[in-house]
Amino acid sequence: MSTVYALLFIVATAVLVIGLATKIAQYARTPAPLKIPTTPAPVTQTGVVMRMFREVVFFESLFKSTKWTWIFGWLFHMALFVVLLRHLRYFMDPVWLPIELIQPFGVYAGFAMLAGLGGLLIRRIFVDRVRYISAPSDYLWLLLLIIIGISGLMMKFVAHTDIVMVKQFFTGLMGFSIGTLPIDFTLLVHLALVALLMILFPFSKLLHAPGIFFSPTRNQVDNPREKRHLADWAKAMEE
Amino acid sequence: MAKAEFDVPELHEYVDVPELVEGTMAHLSPYVAKPDHNTPLGFPGELVDDWHDKVLEKLDDLRSRYRSLQVYLDACVKCGACTDKCHYYLSTKDPKNMPVGRQDLLRKVYRRYNTFAGKYFPWLVGAKDLTRETLDEWYSYYHQCSQCRRCSVFCPYGIDTAEISMAAREILDSVGYGQKYCNEIIAKVHEKGNNLGLPGPAILDTLEGLEEDVFDETGVAVKYPLDVKGAEILLVTPSADFFAEPHVDGLIGYGKVFHEAGVSWTMSTTASEAGNFGMFIGSYENMRRVALRIRQAALELGVKRIVFGECGHAWRVAYAFLNTLAGPFDFLDPRYPVPQHICEYTYDLIQQGKLRFDKSANDDMTLTFHDSCNVARATRMGDKPGGQFDIPRAVIKAVCNNYVDMDHETIGERTFCCGGGGGLLTDDLMEIRVKGALPRMTALQNVIKDEGVTHMAAICAICKSQFTKVLPYYGMEMDQIVSVHQLVSNAIILTGQNSDEEDADSDDEADGEA
Repeated sequence: MSTVYALLFIVATAVLVIGLATKIAQYARTPAPLKIPTTPAPVTQTGVVMRMFREVVFFESLFKSTKWTWIFGWLFHMALFVVLLRHLRYFMDPVWLPIELIQPFGVYAGFAMLAGLGGLLIRRIFVDRVRYISAPSDYLWLLLLIIIGISGLMMKFVAHTDIVMVKQFFTGLMGFSIGTLPIDFTLLVHLALVALLMILFPFSKLLHAPGIFFSPTRNQVDNPREKRHLADWAKAMEE
Repeated sequence: MAKAEFDVPELHEYVDVPELVEGTMAHLSPYVAKPDHNTPLGFPGELVDDWHDKVLEKLDDLRSRYRSLQVYLDACVKCGACTDKCHYYLSTKDPKNMPVGRQDLLRKVYRRYNTFAGKYFPWLVGAKDLTRETLDEWYSYYHQCSQCRRCSVFCPYGIDTAEISMAAREILDSVGYGQKYCNEIIAKVHEKGNNLGLPGPAILDTLEGLEEDVFDETGVAVKYPLDVKGAEILLVTPSADFFAEPHVDGLIGYGKVFHEAGVSWTMSTTASEAGNFGMFIGSYENMRRVALRIRQAALELGVKRIVFGECGHAWRVAYAFLNTLAGPFDFLDPRYPVPQHICEYTYDLIQQGKLRFDKSANDDMTLTFHDSCNVARATRMGDKPGGQFDIPRAVIKAVCNNYVDMDHETIGERTFCCGGGGGLLTDDLMEIRVKGALPRMTALQNVIKDEGVTHMAAICAICKSQFTKVLPYYGMEMDQIVSVHQLVSNAIILTGQNSDEEDADSDDEADGEA
C-alpha cells in the first residue's frame, strides 16, 4: 500500500507540475493583441501589481459583486492557504519557525475552510442562477475538497494517525526513498483525494489560479495612447 | 407609449434579480448577412458546407492569437458573480443572457473538442457537441450581447464576455454566418468612408446648412470645414452627427468650441465616421482597415492633432486601439495625446478659462449623465483613472446650473448599457433593445421623479439613437436624450454674437469655405 501511495504521489506531483507548466507556458506564449484593461485601470506597472495583489489577496472584484459568494469564497481560499502552510511541517525538518507558529491557527483554518466550502455548496444548490450554470464537476470539486477537509480534521480530533510516520514517509519520498505509511482508512482517503486533486488541477477550472495572472482585463497597464502595443502577428500585417 | 409586439417591462423603483426562465429570448435572431455584405469584408458569402471543421479550426486559431479568449475559456469557476449583472438577463430572465450562460455556449464546445475532461467525460463538465443547432444558438445569443463589459467588472478573474462574444461572432463570420447589420455597415465604411454611406457632397451640403443655421442664430460665422488641408485638428465624429437629432446639436457645439479656441480644424470625407464596427464582429483585420482611413486622412490633410467626437465604442477603438491598429502617430504634434476626446479638448479650454458660458441658457433643463459603457469601462479621459467619469460631468456642470447623478449603482464603472450597443442597434433586434434598457430606464425614472430631472446627456451616438427610439416605450419623450456638446452649444458665448451682429468680418467668413 505504501508503495502504491508513493508512486501515486510521484505521478500526481509530476502531472501537477508538468501540466501547470504547460498551461502557464501556453498563456504566456499567447499574445494579447489589444489593450483591454477593464477601466478605470492603473496607469503604471506598479499600479497593476497593486491591482493584482488586491484581486488575488482580497478578491476585490468578487467583493464588488456579491457579498455572500465573497465571504464563502474568500474564507475558503484564505483558510486553505493557512492549512497548506500548516502542512509544510510534514515536509521539512527542522520546521521553519513561522510554520511552527501558525500550527494552532491551521486547525481553526480547517474549520473555516469547511464553512466556506459548505456555504459555496449551499449557494450552488439553492440559488437558481448558480444551479443552472453548474455541471456535475462543479459539485464534485466542492465535495472533493469537503471530504479532504473532513478527513483531515478527523485525524486531528477523532482518529489520530501516526503523524511522525507520515512525516517520515513524505520527507523520505522527497529524496525518492519509499518508506511506510500507517494503514489508516482516514489517512488513505485524505491522501488519495489530495493526489486526485493534484492530478486533475491542470485539466480543470482550477486553472483560474494561474489564469488570473494572465487576464488582460486585470494585468494590463492603461497607457495605450502613450505606448504602442503591438502583437507579433499584428505586426506581420504591417509588412 | 410606442407600440410593441412584445411585452415592454414595467418600471418599478428597483430592478429585482428575476428567477430564471429558460428560452425566453431563443426566438430572437438578427437578419443574416447576404453575400454582398460578407464578401467585401473577406468572409464567405454564405454558410460553407464544411462549417463544422472550419468552426473548430477558427476557434483554435483565435485561441492561439488572443490570450484573453484562451484564459477566459479555462478560468471560469461558475461562481455566479456575473449572473445578475447583465441588463439583458435582468430584463429577459433568459439564463443564456447571463454572462456565464452566454460564455458557456462557446465554452461547452471548447471543452468538448479541446480539453481532456470534455473529450472523455463530456457529461461531467457540461461539454457539448458542435451541431447546426449550436451555431444557431450562438448566432442568436451572441447577438444579444452589447459587449458592454459590465460583467468583467465583477468577475473575480476579469473574464470579459465581450471578448467571448467577439470571438464567437468572428467564428460565425469565418463560416459565412454573419450579421447583416454590422457587416453591411462595415462594407459601407470600406466603400464610402462612413457607416451611413453618405457621399462627400451630401456631407458638405449638410455642413453648409449648419453654418447658415448657426450664423442665423448667433450672427457669428462659425465654420464646419471639410477636407481642409493644413488644418490644425482633424475631427473624426460618428456620421449620425451629420444629420440625426440630438447628435447634430453636438456637432454644432464642437464647431463653436473650435471657433472660440481660434483653432483651425477640419473633418474628412474619407474618415467621416468615428465608429468602427470591426470591433463588434471581433475582426482585427476589418477593424484595422477601418482605423487606417483615419491615419490616411490625417496624413493627407497634414493635420497636427486628431480629436474624436461623442461616440462610445469609437472612443474605445480610438483611445485603446488606434495607436495599435494605425500607429505610430509620430507625424502629429507630440504635445497632445493621440487621439483626444472632444470632452478632453473642451475641458482643457474651460480649465484655461478660454470659454465663456451663459449657464442660464440651459436653465430649462435639469440634467443627468449616462456613462456609456465603452467609455466607462474600456477607456480613459485625461491623465487620471476615472477621468472618463469626471471630465464629461465637469463639462456639463460648467455649462448647466442643474445637474444630478443617477443611482450610484448604475453609473461610473457600474453603468448600465443603453441596450443598443455592440452591433444591436437595428430594428430586427428591437425586442432585446427595449428590454435591455430596463435598468437604465429605471434609474432615469427615479431621478425624474425624485430630483426633477428633465433630460439625460450622453456622449455616444449609439446611446443617443437607442434612447431616442426606446424612451417612448417607457412613457418618456424621445427628446429627453441630449448631447453633451449640445449643452455646451446652448451656453457658449461666442465672441461678437447677438448685439455685435454688425461685426464687419462675419459676412465674409460666412461665404468663405464652401
